[in-house]
Amino acid sequence: MNYLKLFFKDKKAAVGTIMLLFFAVLAIFAPYIAPYSPTYMGFTPMEGSSWRHILGTTANGQDVFSQIIWGTRISLAVGLIVGLLTTVISVVIGFLAGYFPGAIDETLNLLTNVFLIIPGLPLMIVLAAYMPSRGMWTIIFVITVTGWAWGARVLRPQVMSLKNREFVNASVVVGESSFHIIFYDILPNTAGLIAANFFGSAIYGVLSEAGLEFIGLGNANAISWGTVLYWAQNDQALFFGLWGWLLVPGLLIALLGTSFALMNFAVDEITNPRLRKR
Amino acid sequence: MKYILRKILIFIVTLWVAMTINFILPRMMPGNPAEALIARAHGRVSAQALHSLEVAFGVNVHQNIFVQYIEYLERTITGNFGVSITYYPSTVMYEIEIHMPWTLALIGITTVLAFVFGTILGISTAWKRESLASTFSLPVSIFFNSVPYFWLALLFQYLLAFILGWFPISGAFSATGPQGIALIGSILYHAILPASTIFVTALGGWVLTMRNNMISVLSEDFVSFAYAGGLPDNVIEYNYVARNAILPNFTGFAMAIGFVVSGALLVEMVFSYPGIGYLLYQSVVNLDYPLMQALFFFITMTVLIANFIADMTYVFVDPRVRV
Repeated sequence: MNYLKLFFKDKKAAVGTIMLLFFAVLAIFAPYIAPYSPTYMGFTPMEGSSWRHILGTTANGQDVFSQIIWGTRISLAVGLIVGLLTTVISVVIGFLAGYFPGAIDETLNLLTNVFLIIPGLPLMIVLAAYMPSRGMWTIIFVITVTGWAWGARVLRPQVMSLKNREFVNASVVVGESSFHIIFYDILPNTAGLIAANFFGSAIYGVLSEAGLEFIGLGNANAISWGTVLYWAQNDQALFFGLWGWLLVPGLLIALLGTSFALMNFAVDEITNPRLRKR
Repeated sequence: MKYILRKILIFIVTLWVAMTINFILPRMMPGNPAEALIARAHGRVSAQALHSLEVAFGVNVHQNIFVQYIEYLERTITGNFGVSITYYPSTVMYEIEIHMPWTLALIGITTVLAFVFGTILGISTAWKRESLASTFSLPVSIFFNSVPYFWLALLFQYLLAFILGWFPISGAFSATGPQGIALIGSILYHAILPASTIFVTALGGWVLTMRNNMISVLSEDFVSFAYAGGLPDNVIEYNYVARNAILPNFTGFAMAIGFVVSGALLVEMVFSYPGIGYLLYQSVVNLDYPLMQALFFFITMTVLIANFIADMTYVFVDPRVRV
């Protein structure tokens, strides 16, 4: 509870949380905020911005502004789900490697190092290119598989060091099970790292999804910021003067990333008192 | 030299994993991507090339999968990746050879520049933490760290090349075929926009990590001791704090270089810069699996080598691993 209080007192965390709430409102109330259906194709194609279409229309005659509002749903969902799944995998692998020395640690550590070095986007591209279907869950799967290594690598030494602290030794002497020690003694003490890991992975998820969809490896008919950018580039939005079509989704991606990054920073400062202002 | 042996082991295992991913994915993925590839290649390539494709992807080959695997590894190690479907009759190796130098120069130079400038900026923002410049540089770095590379590339392309006409819109050199010095000038001129995009987006990450490392080291006892001993500020800043703070940057290099390479690939696509990223895009659009596989292998290899160099430099910077 103490940590939560500290978190909300932090200015960076407050700004980050407000930004995230803003995106959540956009996603949840998209049907009420967007003026038109994002898939309706009845407007004049490639129209510049006007009062009827703030950001203009696509080559298929869809309203760009409505598409961007609806796109918040997939982009935010991918970020949060990737953050969650990646963190779970990182925690499992980091904890197993840190807690069980010897063969388990050696194997998992080698695996972590390998996945850390293999460049993420090319691996995602190769995976996605062979995939038979390309929905949101395919993209989430591909990003998660390539993105867990960093967290596991950060958690492992932390678990190793906590395992040798006196309060953990005390639990061992009392005869507590490994399960109890891991979940009740070690896990709470790594909460800050795990939270930071979640925010970091969420940024990674949002940016990777946008990149993959921009290349055309997503489902081009789904509505997300990545696909809006894909169509903007495909239909040469800039050269028709429809700069808002390209500017806004990219800016929103960067702002969503910034909101996760601000919270990440705040968590870092709370768990590492040295980073706080003196 | 346990440290170096360990790094070599990781190098070899990673390369093996990359090769194995290339082997397994087209064979095991649902929807038979390998058969679809052969079907697409029918009529586009010669009978001989088609047969070698079938061998490479295990279609219509009545051979034990382990024998296939061994033969596949042998072909990969000897650099035999077959013909490209997109650029037929060109071989995959030829295409990679002519595109690789562009990417190596572009990413190599920008990575080094971003590392050096980002580290210096990180040192000074942490050192003068209360100054105006440092208060501003923090949120700016955080923002730029979250900007999609390809989006910034598009904005630069629109504003600086299309609207203002200061730089060429795409390509790596002028189509008029300049010679000698003019050609070099044209190449540098075309490289400015893609390079600045990569530089600006990569810079933020180095600033942030270096700043945090610096602040952590600043509260160590030996720093207070140096102050107490009356050492000049700049000696403490660089020889005491920065020297220790830079160490985690070397170990974090693996992930950073992965990010830069990934981002640079997208930047190349935007600027139609004739490097590996552009080639990868072509292979994906055309579902040219032989080319895509080889590119994945070579990109991984490049990242591994860059990382290995960083690891070896680390041996010189941190005496503790030299045991």
